[in-house]
Amino acid sequence: MRTTPLAKTQRSPAATPRHITSRRVLVPKPTPKRFYGHGIPGVDLDQLTGKLVVIEGADGSGRSTQIARLVEWLEGCGHATVQVGLKRSTLVSEELEQAKQGNILSHITLSLFYATDFADQLENIILPALKAGFMVLADRYIYTLMVRDLVRGMDEAWLKNVYGTALVPDAVFYLTVSPEQLVQRNFQKNHTLDYWESGMDVGLSRDMFDCFLQYQALVEKHFRRLQSTYGFTIVNGERSVEDISAELQEKIEEVLVGN
Amino acid sequence: MKTFAELSFPGRLIAVEGLDGSGKSTQIYLLKRWLELQGLKVFFSEWNSSDLVKSATSKGKKRELLTPTTFCLIHATDFADRYERQLVPLLRAGYIVLCDRYIFTAFARDTVRGCPPKWVRGIYNFAALPDLTFFFKADLEVSLHRILDGRPELKYFEAGMDLRLSSDPYESFRIFQGRILEQYLSMSTEFSFLVIDANQRVEAQQSLVRQLVLARIELSKFVLPK
Repeated sequence: MRTTPLAKTQRSPAATPRHITSRRVLVPKPTPKRFYGHGIPGVDLDQLTGKLVVIEGADGSGRSTQIARLVEWLEGCGHATVQVGLKRSTLVSEELEQAKQGNILSHITLSLFYATDFADQLENIILPALKAGFMVLADRYIYTLMVRDLVRGMDEAWLKNVYGTALVPDAVFYLTVSPEQLVQRNFQKNHTLDYWESGMDVGLSRDMFDCFLQYQALVEKHFRRLQSTYGFTIVNGERSVEDISAELQEKIEEVLVGN
Repeated sequence: MKTFAELSFPGRLIAVEGLDGSGKSTQIYLLKRWLELQGLKVFFSEWNSSDLVKSATSKGKKRELLTPTTFCLIHATDFADRYERQLVPLLRAGYIVLCDRYIFTAFARDTVRGCPPKWVRGIYNFAALPDLTFFFKADLEVSLHRILDGRPELKYFEAGMDLRLSSDPYESFRIFQGRILEQYLSMSTEFSFLVIDANQRVEAQQSLVRQLVLARIELSKFVLPK
């Protein structure tokens, strides 16, 4: 698992100057927390004083760039941060990676494997960090996991039950970038399309390029549908890095003051 | 939830459930031998045995990393892997599949560990019900003796040590098994368990098991092709 070290030694060259010069550190206002379902037994929600911020979006939508900038900014403002993401648990991340390489698991199995990975991080990183008052930045959350399975025809009620363990985040941002743009960004980075991000296992097309476009369009459709239930903020990811950062910062500031 | 027969699978699934030390593994082994020797299509599957998931499960157990939630999910993952890749295809191909423990093991254990029963059952609702479920009901003391008389090295989760019932593994095991027995008994009617008195001799139990299988499954339909 990758977590950032405690903020005390890190300076933030890229942060906006007004935050660095400000000596007064804002203490975030605690707001009531809840789980989507029954949650994790034995957790006292009132003790979770930190904030959970989730960034969702496809590969190439700029998630990691934005998270890196948010960490710089938040630490510059005096907030301690922790980062989590999918497939990073101590318990099953290696096995999950192995399974994906071989593409040998059926849907329900892979889905439950991811749910295990998620629950392990939730219990061992996210909840303890929130209890310690940290800002937790999640590079993807249960929505990606649910959407991937919904695209593959799995039952929504079943997924909602499985992820009834999840904590409702304080803010969720979904970075949207059109499939055509995503292709270009992926090629700029790797010169290749990822098997899973192209949804090749779904078999929409035997042509990887076509498959990628169709799959990503489907993913976006499902995300937009879930948006009405889960109320995440849709952020246009086709603007400049700075513009997107500014929008995210503004919205997170509201979370910090308890709006 | 429906059984495989109700879902029109050509195969049939027989599950055995019971406490550790109830003698269920001996009984399902003898049942397997009997069916095999008649030249029938038989497959045997054990709880917690999917290769892929095993490494994560054993790591989790060795290092005591599991919480009730992840304990439940990782066993569900293991079950799903066997279910989707092995059990269902074999049942489609008309096999008699014998399972040493099935979803009821998870229902009992996870509930004792404090997971909400509705959540646990929801996770497993992709699985069809067995066509026959034998529950080997031994007195708690009998099962405990069979396991504990040798003073074996009890594993952490096996003894339910994660529940902090007692700092003594043997005492913890006793309390844990007692609670699991209660769970089994409360499911018995709901899931139509065929209850076998496991305090009887091995042969007496096996005789009953074979009679029940004969009465409920038309074995001639499961002959191996020549």
